[in-house]
Amino acid sequence: MAKNVLDFEKPIIALEKKIEEMRRLEGDLDISTEIKNLEEKVLQLRKNIYDNLTRWQRVQLARHPERPYTLDYIYMMTENFIELHGDRLFGDDHAIVAGLAKLDQHKVMIIGQQKGRDTKSNLFRNFGMSNPEGYRKALRLMKLAEKFKIPVITMLDTPGAYPGLEAEKRGQAEAIARNLFEMSRLRVPIIVTIIGEGASGGALGIGVGDRILMLQNTWYSVISPESCSSILWRSWEYKEQAAEALKLTAEDLLEQGIVDRIIPEPLGGAHKDHQLMVSTLKAILKEELEALLKLKTEKLVQNRLEKFARMGVYVE
Amino acid sequence: MGWFTRKKENISPASKKSDLPDGQWQKCEECGEIIHTKQLESNLWCCAKCNYHFRIGSDQYISFLFDAGSFRESNKKMRSGDPLQFVDTKKYSERITATIKKSGLNDAVKTGMGKIDGKKISFACMDFNFIGGSMGSVVGEKIARAIDAAYEEKIPMIIISQSGGARMMEGALSLMQLAKTSSRLARLAEAKLPFISILTDPTTGGVTASFAMLGDIIIAEPKALIGFAGPRVIKQTIGKDLPEGFQRSEFLLENGFIDFIVSRKEMKEKLSRLIEYLT
Ligand SMILES: [Zn+2]
Repeated sequence: MAKNVLDFEKPIIALEKKIEEMRRLEGDLDISTEIKNLEEKVLQLRKNIYDNLTRWQRVQLARHPERPYTLDYIYMMTENFIELHGDRLFGDDHAIVAGLAKLDQHKVMIIGQQKGRDTKSNLFRNFGMSNPEGYRKALRLMKLAEKFKIPVITMLDTPGAYPGLEAEKRGQAEAIARNLFEMSRLRVPIIVTIIGEGASGGALGIGVGDRILMLQNTWYSVISPESCSSILWRSWEYKEQAAEALKLTAEDLLEQGIVDRIIPEPLGGAHKDHQLMVSTLKAILKEELEALLKLKTEKLVQNRLEKFARMGVYVE
Repeated sequence: MGWFTRKKENISPASKKSDLPDGQWQKCEECGEIIHTKQLESNLWCCAKCNYHFRIGSDQYISFLFDAGSFRESNKKMRSGDPLQFVDTKKYSERITATIKKSGLNDAVKTGMGKIDGKKISFACMDFNFIGGSMGSVVGEKIARAIDAAYEEKIPMIIISQSGGARMMEGALSLMQLAKTSSRLARLAEAKLPFISILTDPTTGGVTASFAMLGDIIIAEPKALIGFAGPRVIKQTIGKDLPEGFQRSEFLLENGFIDFIVSRKEMKEKLSRLIEYLT
């Protein structure tokens, strides 16, 4: 656990260690009040730190390697999951996973970007960076869902679409564009959740929907703070400033009218309590889904068009 | 998003201060030929010797594509609202004001309606001169409205792309313009109205990953850079030099992503014929 501690988590971890040590001594001495005081202090410190996170710290939390990933949500939240593979054109992209599942009584098609947890699985998942096949697999399965009137749930968690030679050759841009085009008119409900990193077109490629939900400690923008820093400041050193300037947190996006709802995370972040995180998201997904299922298809698709039509700020 | 790194190219021939005598002559970047501005203009800003296509702006495209005097611009005054009050080494609002002054444009796209051989068209043309032709809220909204105009008037839509991608200074709002424009094109397609996408140098990033790649017909000028990721980023990723001609029009044609390559001089005629087939 201790190997993935972020800088701003350190004072909390230090206090927690102290409490642990004191507990070990407790047998011989009566220090229960001291422990209680310290526990109170930890809670206060936690609240203090997490209420005042900078945007860059949120980006770090969004990338925390112990956060639940798409497959964790699928396995913990749904039953009878059947993973479906391949784009029927070129191959199977492991950076996007998809399949049919039961969210309690609801049949759903779940599609999400998948990162790995160690070097080996990260190489297998290509660090959550899709090639065109990933987007085309997602599209194939969305059309399948549409055919059988199954709602679609997508989960965004990617540092970007893969910027590789082969990806370009096989039409990365076309694959993403096609998804935006088709998702905007898909005749079943689509709920999009940003569960980690929402980096640019690579994330948006499965991100057009009727409801856009965003976990509290995630980011979503047109570019990563690091790349933004390197282009606008001509140095990788300005990532904190770039994160501030890009206004890329869940609160920011709610304010900008892009996100509909923020999903609260356990104190300290989603990685602190997978069970709580998953059950929170599950309850909200069900609630959102049940509301969308009440809409007539024509109305659903019209609303979706109008939703994205409203996004943007300009002066006339 | 490559406009910052390709500063050298960020100058249109129209505004280029030539180092050649009296500013009436320009040098072809491809073959080095020295060409008189008048001759260049009459040749639609293509090198007579090697057919290199000089980068031109929306006004020039409008001048040779549309029947004389037929083009009417819409939403001319729309400007960025600087929604994030973005600041990097400079304030975005100041960048906008300075660029408006320098370019004479209000943002990176011009939209409107005109006639091509008597046939009414809804049209959008991007300008690389304006912050690298980047797409923020204004570009997205103007293109969406132009598509709606085609939808309402039941006429074809043509877009000329020339862009480094989505505009960083409007953050996620820029990203959402990809979805906004693509969804309007989807509705246009449902009405069975044609959309022709023309790609010019460069068309990369979020513009390629949305409307530029969604044409019923997609055509490109010769040797235009077209791709999702910029060449510099790809080179960094794979750690070696990119093959000759990678991400150029001819490469996309070979890989099946565009219908054909069109020389600027034949563009109007080809468009006119396509429209006849598709309407
Ligand atoms: Zn030449």
